[in-house]
Amino acid sequence: MKLQRKSGLRALTVGAVAITGALVLTACGSDNNDNSSSPSGSSQPSASGSSANAAGISCAQGQILASGSSAQQNAIEAWVRNYQQACNGATINYKTSSSGEGIIDFNQGTDAFAGSDSPLKPEEAAASKKVCSTGTGINIPMVGGPIAIGYNLPGVSNLVLDASTIAKIFNGKITTWNDKAIKALNPSATLPSTKIQTVHRQDDSGTTDNLTKYLGGAAKADWPYPHAKAWAAKGGQAAAKSSGVSALVKQTEGAIGYFELSYATSQSIPTVKIATGASQPVEATTQNASAGIAQAKVVGTGSDLALDLSAAYTTKADNAYPIVLVTYEIACDKGNKASTLPLTKSFLNYIASDAGQQQLSAAGYAPLPTEIATKVRSTISALS
Amino acid sequence: MTTVETPPTAPPRKAATVTRPGDRIFSGLSRGAGILLLVVMAAIAVFLTVRAVSAISKDHGNFLTTFEWTPSLNPPVFGIAVLAYGTVVSSIIAMLIAVPISLGIALFITHYAPRRLGGIIAYVIDLLAAVPSIVYGLWGALFLVPHLKGLNLWLDDYLSWTVIFHKSDPNSAARSLLTVGILLAIMILPIITNVSREVINQVPKMHQEAALALGATRWEVIRLSVLPFARSGVISASMLGLGRALGETMAVATVLSASPVLSAHILDPVGGTFSQNIVAKFGEADEFGRDALIASGLVLFVITLLVNGAARLIIARRKEYSGANA
Amino acid sequence: MSHSISDAKPAAAGAPAATRLASRRLPRWSPLAIAVGAIVVGVAIGAGFGLKSHLQWGLIALILFVGGSYAITAQVEGRRQAKDRVATSLIWASFILAVIPLYSLVQTTISKGVKVLDGTFLTHSMNNVLTIEPGGGVYHAIIGTLEQVAIATVIAAPIGILTAVYLVEYGRGTLAKWVTFFVDVMTGVPSIVAGLFILSLWFVALGKAPASGFAGSLALAILMLPVVVRSTEEMLKLVPNELREASLALGVPKWRTITKVVIPTALGGITTGVMLAIARIAGESAPIALLVFGSNMINTNPFSGPQSSLPYYIYQQYGNGNDPSYARAWGAALVLIAFVMILNLVARGIARWKAPKR
Repeated sequence: MKLQRKSGLRALTVGAVAITGALVLTACGSDNNDNSSSPSGSSQPSASGSSANAAGISCAQGQILASGSSAQQNAIEAWVRNYQQACNGATINYKTSSSGEGIIDFNQGTDAFAGSDSPLKPEEAAASKKVCSTGTGINIPMVGGPIAIGYNLPGVSNLVLDASTIAKIFNGKITTWNDKAIKALNPSATLPSTKIQTVHRQDDSGTTDNLTKYLGGAAKADWPYPHAKAWAAKGGQAAAKSSGVSALVKQTEGAIGYFELSYATSQSIPTVKIATGASQPVEATTQNASAGIAQAKVVGTGSDLALDLSAAYTTKADNAYPIVLVTYEIACDKGNKASTLPLTKSFLNYIASDAGQQQLSAAGYAPLPTEIATKVRSTISALS
Repeated sequence: MTTVETPPTAPPRKAATVTRPGDRIFSGLSRGAGILLLVVMAAIAVFLTVRAVSAISKDHGNFLTTFEWTPSLNPPVFGIAVLAYGTVVSSIIAMLIAVPISLGIALFITHYAPRRLGGIIAYVIDLLAAVPSIVYGLWGALFLVPHLKGLNLWLDDYLSWTVIFHKSDPNSAARSLLTVGILLAIMILPIITNVSREVINQVPKMHQEAALALGATRWEVIRLSVLPFARSGVISASMLGLGRALGETMAVATVLSASPVLSAHILDPVGGTFSQNIVAKFGEADEFGRDALIASGLVLFVITLLVNGAARLIIARRKEYSGANA
Repeated sequence: MSHSISDAKPAAAGAPAATRLASRRLPRWSPLAIAVGAIVVGVAIGAGFGLKSHLQWGLIALILFVGGSYAITAQVEGRRQAKDRVATSLIWASFILAVIPLYSLVQTTISKGVKVLDGTFLTHSMNNVLTIEPGGGVYHAIIGTLEQVAIATVIAAPIGILTAVYLVEYGRGTLAKWVTFFVDVMTGVPSIVAGLFILSLWFVALGKAPASGFAGSLALAILMLPVVVRSTEEMLKLVPNELREASLALGVPKWRTITKVVIPTALGGITTGVMLAIARIAGESAPIALLVFGSNMINTNPFSGPQSSLPYYIYQQYGNGNDPSYARAWGAALVLIAFVMILNLVARGIARWKAPKR
């Protein structure tokens, strides 16, 4: 055997060539994905603005990180796109993960703002004081949305259920589709004797939390569990994330599950109409959800705008969809970092403006009711 | 296939050399690298233990026997019973499927396939060992699960009496521990096959030719001269595969329908594994929830350690009297 | 010494020689005939009894085939030959059984991946792309993966190789035993635990959470280290002692012997090991998700600002749960597999080209 130092050197050459190739590669990518789509914001002037542009956004520069709830993902993506297209030199990086991770990121000082499906818990608010040197983290409601109950039952459309039936189904008390309780609500439908396959989230989630809040609020007798981010009832199948739940409902005949409305729309899964006691069963639409959220009361103190949705769960108003979820943006009321404050404030201002809120319906979300939106705007203007 | 033929090696003998500065620097450097590795490992172990202990001390359930994982409740209740069971059962299923088949493929490549075909197959399987697990997860959720429904129903129809293969609800999707086991088996097949093939290639040709000369059939050659020699190597290959199966995260998380139920029916869509639970609960966990998850990670870590240790012991014991390099 | 005959053809040469003395043999086409017969009968039974599952048809055919070939061979050639045939068919069966899913995996990925794979996909980021719409690309993720993996390699490869040198060339006694043991233990560290470890370390050291490619590289380096040590150790052990002794006998210092003789001899094998380790970590998504924050934009600086990576990108797109996102996930999966496979091919190429020639 001879020593092959020459080829050893050649191996190094190969490596060097590979690295050079990689470096060359770094020079040819592009962030520019704007083929023909122009910013779709309307041209209404925003609440405040020194240099308002065509899209009605008063721009700020810089780069901010934000993270949190996946429930508001599609809304944030559209807003970020509009904002970045209108404002050169602004970069907003919203990482879609989960509410809990968003709050941890915020409290560790990584985020300029976080998105969360539930308001800060007292201990989380206390922890936020470390980051907000002179203030505290506050909840700013921003994106409302219906949680749709989707089902897969060929031949049955316009299924109507009420809170107690939904609770019984998800709790395993009603096990077949031709159960008396379901028949009573759908006298004209031909219901098969298929077994009901309930699908819930296997990961902890704000969507589960809000659904179980609704079940506990509107059907206390049939839903014995406290509301929680983890699914508490026995039985049923579990899937990861809303995408997994909707995919499984789509795949399985006789299945029923819950997810944000956009998943039902994009996968064309029929959704349940809720018999709330209103004159007509209420369909899961963005408009109806807005009407539901309008029932909510602000319970946060000071600049905190945390909402109590329990009035929405039991509402009997016409066209008010009761299973709703509100996503908050969490930021410091005072003591935001000087480097991120202008952009954070400007971006939040934009998304709370009429122009911003009007974007929501197209993405399957509910705009904030006027009364709450007004409070939100004044809170944002006061951020410092 | 000619892999690198190994001349049998004894550990290098200590050469009496004059100590020079360069020598001291170099040996110091390499010793330092070893020590650095030890330090990193120790740091990980300490870090895990500290956070795990703080979580377990606040657990109001029994950490070992509680089914639920709800550290966010007040008081927090969480336990690893379901996770430990699911991890062990899915790994056992994976091993039961993967080890015989991998051994079969390894023998196929070395002893049965035409030489050139064997080479190509070995090459392809080598490459498959490097397919990232997220891709297996994607494929498992979108392709394997729908296609395993038939197998599930068939097992339920004919083997329901074994209790193990009983499916409580025939309509439910095949997102069970069995499916996870099958997916894990497919994932670890290439790894076990690779290493087994390497080991089988090292079997002295002399032994095999001697057996053939005595009129043994091909199977007898394998049984009498290949397998006994390769046994310890195949065991260590299997342990390598088992290690990966125990810790697999993404592929399990996308395929399993997890719930805090401990069931002997492996066709039912229930159960969970350590890594799957970490990934599912991590997002909404607060700092305490993260500590609790780290505690479960520590248990997984200890299990993996035991498995590795056991494999080392078996191999070390075998080495002593197998007469490998004779 | 065993290697003296290692060039002999492996066992294939044995079979005819071993059986030539047997009095009667089945013709060469008999396994095929038995297989066809078994399938025909299996299908006939399946169809005849109206068994609904095609799985059962196959199972019946398989049992018939194994049983049939055993019985026929036992009749004609004897029991030992019959056992041999059963073993042969089982080994073929296990091969086919394994090929089906692995083939399907590759085929699914390729057929779904090529749909979105084009120049735009490879050279654009996801900046300003709504995930519910088609479009966008993986460029930012490719950059992230390349840089994070490169940094992890720069950290882990030297430490790993030096550790292996220590174990093979210097290591005696307790320290070496501990290092060997902990290398084993380290292979069992779940990847998310490595991520959490770096996360808290970073927080303790710098007082803030990490959001850069470099933090991800550190976790990847932890995962890479034991693999490098293991494979390098094996390769160094293969270097014949005669080389070391010859070098030392010429009065070359030990460290020069190692750097100029031992390591160059084993360089091919070491490169292979490092490449395989890279392939292993390039597919890690769990620690990346924790440490690099993730980004839709191109960030070529791994030391500052959030980055993305290919596995993380796939996980994200899968989670979006709509058709354009699934398409992007498959496209990125294809890119990742291609990347890992090219690395593998290069590694194997180097190994073959550097393999000791005789």
